[in-house]
Amino acid sequence: MQIKKSASVYDAVIVGSGAGGGMAGYVLAHAGLNVLMLEAGPFWDPAKDSMQLKFPYESPRRGASTTRPFGDFDAAFGGWQLDGEPYTTKDSTDFQWFRSRMLGGRTNHWGRISLRMGPNDFKSHHIDGLTDDWPITYDEIKPYYDKVDRMIGIYGTVENLENEPDGIFLPPPKPRLHELMIKNGAQKAGVTVIPGRGSVLTEALPGNSNRGACFFCGQCGRACKVYGDFSSSSCLVIPAIKTGNLKVITNAMVRQVLTNEEGLATGVSYVSKDDMQEYQVKGKTVILGASACETARLLLNSASKQHPGGLANSSGVVGRYLHDSTGASLSGFLPQLLDRKRYNEDGVGSVHIYSPWWLDNKKLDFPRGYHIEYGGGMHMPSYGFADGIHKKNGLVPGKNGEKKKAGGFGVSLKDDYRRFFGTNVYMAGRGTAIARKDNYCEIDNNVVDKYGIPVLKFHYKWTDAEIKQARHMQETFQSVMHHMGAIITSTVQGPETNYGLEAPGKIIHEVGTVRMGDDPKTSALNKWCQAHDCKNLFVVDAAPFVQQGDKNATWTILALSMRTSEYILQQRKKLNI
Amino acid sequence: MNRRDSLKAIGVGAVSAGLLLENCKPSKKTSNEKELVQEPTEGLQPFEIERNKKLHEEIFFTPEEMAVITVLADMIIPKDERSGSASDAGVPAFIEFIVKDIPDHKIPMRGGIRWLELQCMNRFGTSFVQCTPAQQVEIVEEIAYPDEAKPEMKQGVAFFNRMRDLTASGFFTSKMGLEDIGYAGNKPNRWTGVPEDVLKQYGLS
Repeated sequence: MQIKKSASVYDAVIVGSGAGGGMAGYVLAHAGLNVLMLEAGPFWDPAKDSMQLKFPYESPRRGASTTRPFGDFDAAFGGWQLDGEPYTTKDSTDFQWFRSRMLGGRTNHWGRISLRMGPNDFKSHHIDGLTDDWPITYDEIKPYYDKVDRMIGIYGTVENLENEPDGIFLPPPKPRLHELMIKNGAQKAGVTVIPGRGSVLTEALPGNSNRGACFFCGQCGRACKVYGDFSSSSCLVIPAIKTGNLKVITNAMVRQVLTNEEGLATGVSYVSKDDMQEYQVKGKTVILGASACETARLLLNSASKQHPGGLANSSGVVGRYLHDSTGASLSGFLPQLLDRKRYNEDGVGSVHIYSPWWLDNKKLDFPRGYHIEYGGGMHMPSYGFADGIHKKNGLVPGKNGEKKKAGGFGVSLKDDYRRFFGTNVYMAGRGTAIARKDNYCEIDNNVVDKYGIPVLKFHYKWTDAEIKQARHMQETFQSVMHHMGAIITSTVQGPETNYGLEAPGKIIHEVGTVRMGDDPKTSALNKWCQAHDCKNLFVVDAAPFVQQGDKNATWTILALSMRTSEYILQQRKKLNI
Repeated sequence: MNRRDSLKAIGVGAVSAGLLLENCKPSKKTSNEKELVQEPTEGLQPFEIERNKKLHEEIFFTPEEMAVITVLADMIIPKDERSGSASDAGVPAFIEFIVKDIPDHKIPMRGGIRWLELQCMNRFGTSFVQCTPAQQVEIVEEIAYPDEAKPEMKQGVAFFNRMRDLTASGFFTSKMGLEDIGYAGNKPNRWTGVPEDVLKQYGLS
């Protein structure tokens, strides 16, 4: 075996093509830099590769989630387990790490829920002393959120809520029938409901002729063939390639960041999954956007004489402060929707409505809050969609007004499936988890993946703060269900399951592993996401997050990456890097 | 539903089940999934294409088991005035595939069929598909209503619940089933909100 070393030196080498890497590639390539991007999976263009508009019978498993966790048509290659790429846990941790190896990464299938973090999310220490402040304020990042809104497109409504900053919005999709009922029920339960905020082009995006407007199939999770929603592949990487300044090498699994005698980054080494050969490429600047945990893994695997504890890790915080959103859910059905009229209500694939956090923690027994996402309606049937009818059809009167025996078979059962179609409702909370130094990933000294790269080992524990939050979610969901006249069909989770609190990693909002800060002793990156210990090394994924709010991470990743990329351009002009 | 209605509700009886047995004899060239159309492979990862191919080549259920599945599926979703039966929509072939795809179904399905066969042998002296339609309804009624089933029939209830779920999945994801249930989407359109007459119906206008 030999290592193939490329002679050319790129202005920037970017690891990863998701939201963070994609934005960096877009900004730097458009500014005329010679940029190389490495992606661990194959090239993937939604225009060609998306499963949009397929019917369930076009899948032999009718869309079941056997090989893809979100179903056969979902646009995420990979999942919580990858063949040949294990991770380990310790101290009976149950951490689930979702990885998507493909151009655009996890942005191809995400929910497009695009929430800004608010002033109290960036500066949260004053609230209860439990968390550390970011080195930046909302006002410092606001111009970048604005630019992302204009560049990528987002729908929503101006609400003037203190910690839910408004953006520059396209019109939101109108609520569906069950969403009107949810809104009424929630209001009776004292829960705020406002139109959703999603990166879907409900109208043509001003000034952009490369992307089509949404045609309301509700399938954003499959990625959009007309680029009507945000994927890093369609909106950032492919346009950046068209500038002629960005080269993308796919199936390139990066092994480590290379550094020189001065401790500066000189490039990266990778293994090509195509030919299984080892390569080294050079860059004046190295930008990591491999995902929070993968970036931490890369840094820890890049230890050298100058960086003995791992690259950019003199503080020892790399891998630490790992946190994922809390999540819990409840489902049921609306008897008033039995035998409902049929029409196309697919709408958009992101949320039409949601509940931003609405309460004051001073009156509650847990810190911080959560938002609620809602589902339901006349979805396209797929595997399992009618499971458990025997738990439902005995709960309501039949067409003749008499209660039926639960279960059954034959023409009467066949008619029950029709009657119940489109009656389901679902709600899920997504909340703030406290970033803790003792929730972390580290290198497992005994285990490597199939490429010989040492793997991550996770240690993560929920605490009372998150568990009580989940309990509150369950109480709220039950109250909303009650007030809208719904019948709950899923098990209401109690203390034995931490109130249905999902394992960390399951919500796929994991952040915080290479946190930023003003003090190099307690942070790995400065406020520009530049490594304190290595000035030509930057991180642009969710690893720099100090403390996530209850807001989904993507919009903040995009804004931070844009800000860091512009900083890189300024520093180059000043010849600092 | 009384027994006579049940008999009307199911289209498949002992005679057609016998024919089914004939049709389900495996050979090297045919599989239990012969009714399934060959699905396209674009957008799939190489390992997915390979895995699907392997699953299609494998045969899990015996002809006798396939016959039981077919009769049960058509009892669960029979032909009516709006659409055809489960087997008209290719449900047995779907069930053959899905138990290979999701192997957790394998033992409960195989064991459940065996459980049913033993019930029929002990009670009627013959296998389920050879029972008269009245006998088939008699045994199914004892496992189709979970809240009323006798304790000694609970295993049958669990099997039938699974069979009912798989049948519904297979039927309502087929062309016939999608049309039957009235799913109106999966095509380009403009969503402008709930239709006015629907808002009125629910007092939301």
